[in-house]
Amino acid sequence: MPAPDLRIGIDVGGTNTDAVVLDGAARVVAQAKTPTTPDVTTGIRAALALVLEAPAVDRSRVTHVMLGTTHATNALLERRRLGRVAVLRIGAPATRAIRPLFSWPEDLRRTVSAGEAVVGGGVDFDGREIAPLDRDAAARFLGSTGAEADAVAITAVFSPVAHEHELRARELAHELLGPEKVVSLGHEVGSLGLIERENANVLNAALTDVAHGVGEALTEALREHRLEAVVFFAQNDGTLMGLDYAMRYPVLTIGSGPANSLRGAAYLTGCDDAIVVDVGGTSTDIGVLVGGFPRESSTAVEIGGIRTNFRMPDVLSIAVGGGTILTEDAGGVRVGPRSVGYELERRALVFGGATTTLTDAAVARGRARIGHHAPPDALAALFEAALGHTDEALADGVDRMKTGRAERPLIAVGGGSVVVPDRVPGTSEVLRPENHDVANAIGAGIALAGGRWEGVIHLDGNRRAGLDAARKKACTRAVEAGADPSKVAVVELDEVPLAYLNQPAARVSVKAAGPLGWI
Amino acid sequence: MIEPVRRIDAEVVPFLARGCAILGTGGGGEVYTGSLMSLQALEEFGPIDVVTLDDLPDDGLLMPIGMMGAPTVGIEKIPSGREGVVLRDHVERLTGRRVVAAMPSEIGGSNGLLPVAWAAQLGLPLVDADSMGRAFPELQQVSQHVVGRRPDLIVLTDVHGNLVTLGATSGEWAERVGRAVTVAFGGSSAMADFIMPVGEARGAVIEGSISRAVAIGRAVSDSADPLGALVEAVGAVRLIEGRVVDVERRTTGGFARGTVVVDGTGEDRGRALRIEIQNENLVAFDDGAVRACVPDLITVVDAVTADAIATEMLRYGQRVAVVAFPCDPLWRTARGIETAGPRAFGYDFDYVPIEVAGARA
Repeated sequence: MPAPDLRIGIDVGGTNTDAVVLDGAARVVAQAKTPTTPDVTTGIRAALALVLEAPAVDRSRVTHVMLGTTHATNALLERRRLGRVAVLRIGAPATRAIRPLFSWPEDLRRTVSAGEAVVGGGVDFDGREIAPLDRDAAARFLGSTGAEADAVAITAVFSPVAHEHELRARELAHELLGPEKVVSLGHEVGSLGLIERENANVLNAALTDVAHGVGEALTEALREHRLEAVVFFAQNDGTLMGLDYAMRYPVLTIGSGPANSLRGAAYLTGCDDAIVVDVGGTSTDIGVLVGGFPRESSTAVEIGGIRTNFRMPDVLSIAVGGGTILTEDAGGVRVGPRSVGYELERRALVFGGATTTLTDAAVARGRARIGHHAPPDALAALFEAALGHTDEALADGVDRMKTGRAERPLIAVGGGSVVVPDRVPGTSEVLRPENHDVANAIGAGIALAGGRWEGVIHLDGNRRAGLDAARKKACTRAVEAGADPSKVAVVELDEVPLAYLNQPAARVSVKAAGPLGWI
Repeated sequence: MIEPVRRIDAEVVPFLARGCAILGTGGGGEVYTGSLMSLQALEEFGPIDVVTLDDLPDDGLLMPIGMMGAPTVGIEKIPSGREGVVLRDHVERLTGRRVVAAMPSEIGGSNGLLPVAWAAQLGLPLVDADSMGRAFPELQQVSQHVVGRRPDLIVLTDVHGNLVTLGATSGEWAERVGRAVTVAFGGSSAMADFIMPVGEARGAVIEGSISRAVAIGRAVSDSADPLGALVEAVGAVRLIEGRVVDVERRTTGGFARGTVVVDGTGEDRGRALRIEIQNENLVAFDDGAVRACVPDLITVVDAVTADAIATEMLRYGQRVAVVAFPCDPLWRTARGIETAGPRAFGYDFDYVPIEVAGARA
């Protein structure tokens, strides 16, 4: 009997849900594509069932299932299945000038909040206490609102520097509300920036139920297919986390899609520094690979109208995809923004349909050979103009995303990537790897387990010790997320000195990752 | 003609924030936290009045206020909201006189917003003025110092209500001692400085700053051509439109220094502009020639939205426009240039007003 060596990667996109089966050498053994369903779970089950039907797949050999899903994002956007959270901030007398959840949309605040309090405690940037933790006030708040809340979110000032007060408040919550009460801690979820970290922490607590729902559905699906595989979830930084970890930090799954496709593109080409252009049915995501990982956005990220400080992949979306509809009027040729989406194979001219799409233009101009109808010659001028617009938009987008003057390869992936020309200004070459249309699912399948730590270290003589401690914390988190302790390594370290202070301190961010350990 | 602002309510705050960011010339701290503080205080205590010096009794005290310290601390250890009350009470106790109005000491960046929150809680009006007309990194770089006033009464406080009263013999000493106190307070402090009777404030402050910030914010928000609206609102020279092709940063002595190079596109193709930075944008060079310099204002904005881009947010590939516009005439006096001209920042050349430097092609 062959060794158990297969892993399944599943990625939920806006249009399609993709699944791949990879062998021990990470070669694609089988792949499947199904439309994404409104409840997401049905689409995942369908993709899983489809890919397992492939004759090359021996299900007894499947060891891991990696899932990149949009459940959490959808729950927030639709305000569905969100838990009620007791919001405890530790920082008084500081921070009262902005109360918890002040910036939230009113309907989401009403849905999520079981009550908010700001109690004494927290630390300064150098770790000294702002005030002792006010246990009595915390106990009064937890006692009055904790029982009707599904979860508790605790966020203390400068907890990325020192998190003692958050730990003590969690103990208190468990004493008062029982050990099974879900408690989410700010320092485990977000980085510096109190309001953004608190927001992320509260969202995380609110998503507990959603996460457990996905976990159960996936476990159930595996049981139906008699798969004895370990489950991992894709995180928004391009790494994976184990099921238990994902149940504790569901908010980290938000934004995992673009990260998966970037990692998949790196894997398929062996190219660690490149521009990745992922063309879907309706839109194109342009991202950048640096050292094999997605370059992260430096600006605040809003999720469902809530500002957070997550390290999301820096992605530029443009409204051009394989299904983009082409029209012509007095003003000239128009490319989009409407699209036929997943109905391309029914509505595009080359498939015998009646709608002129960008894919038709790509076929007419010799960029692709798909479909079974030749695009009409009468539209030649329209096709040429449309591709001209598209090439310009792509070149402009690529140029905006470039990290430096150096020309890097461009990796074209995604179902609509036939529209990408063979030469794009500012890039050294255009790579079109095999299986590019399921790069996202492959990215989920081959990802490493990862963890991150961010905080402030002091530079007076002890910089090395401070940095070492930071590295260690990030590695510990990666191992908690499922990385093999003997192979985990730091993949990124950022050190930014604090300005306007004449005392040496720096903000440090460390990311560690490693291949999955055998659990 | 700028329409005077008479009142600040929740509707005005986003415009004020956009204007303050543009007047921050790349520094001064982010305006998001200050906006939230202002909105909460306005919701709790109601809108605040904005007045001119003529609306106030000459013998009443005017209290300029702002935060000093690291922006990173400001986004984590957020103020208590009571800082304004603590400062006012202490000033009145020390002087035996009544504070009749507050004023932002620095309109550029976060310090243009925080006084709104404090004034709302104090129930005091804000004077339509500030001490800089922009953002500057050091405490002595203020209009009062330029007109020869000594900072003989500075009050600093923290979230606990600790108070330090400082009598400094010069602006430079105030900067040195104030910075040390700020570190002891945990990296940020709330401060009232150059407290003076209203009657003595004429000519010693830069009037119209709040209205100007709001007008700028409204202009860029309401227009289909935000960049054109910005240029018109402040009488700016467009130095270049193009893309960022080089960003270099280093932090020395508590200051974020660096350079940014913008390569021209469109009509500016073939030209490049280099901006030198020390927390704020200091000088813009075109092929070695100075096109704009402090104390005139140099702001890098998004080419499409005309939103200010803080220096730490500048990145390769961004589409930007660089605009420069005249500082308040006070900064163009001999002492103004000595305080905040190119030589005050270590450059070995004389100040050239933007009207002259910007016209050189």
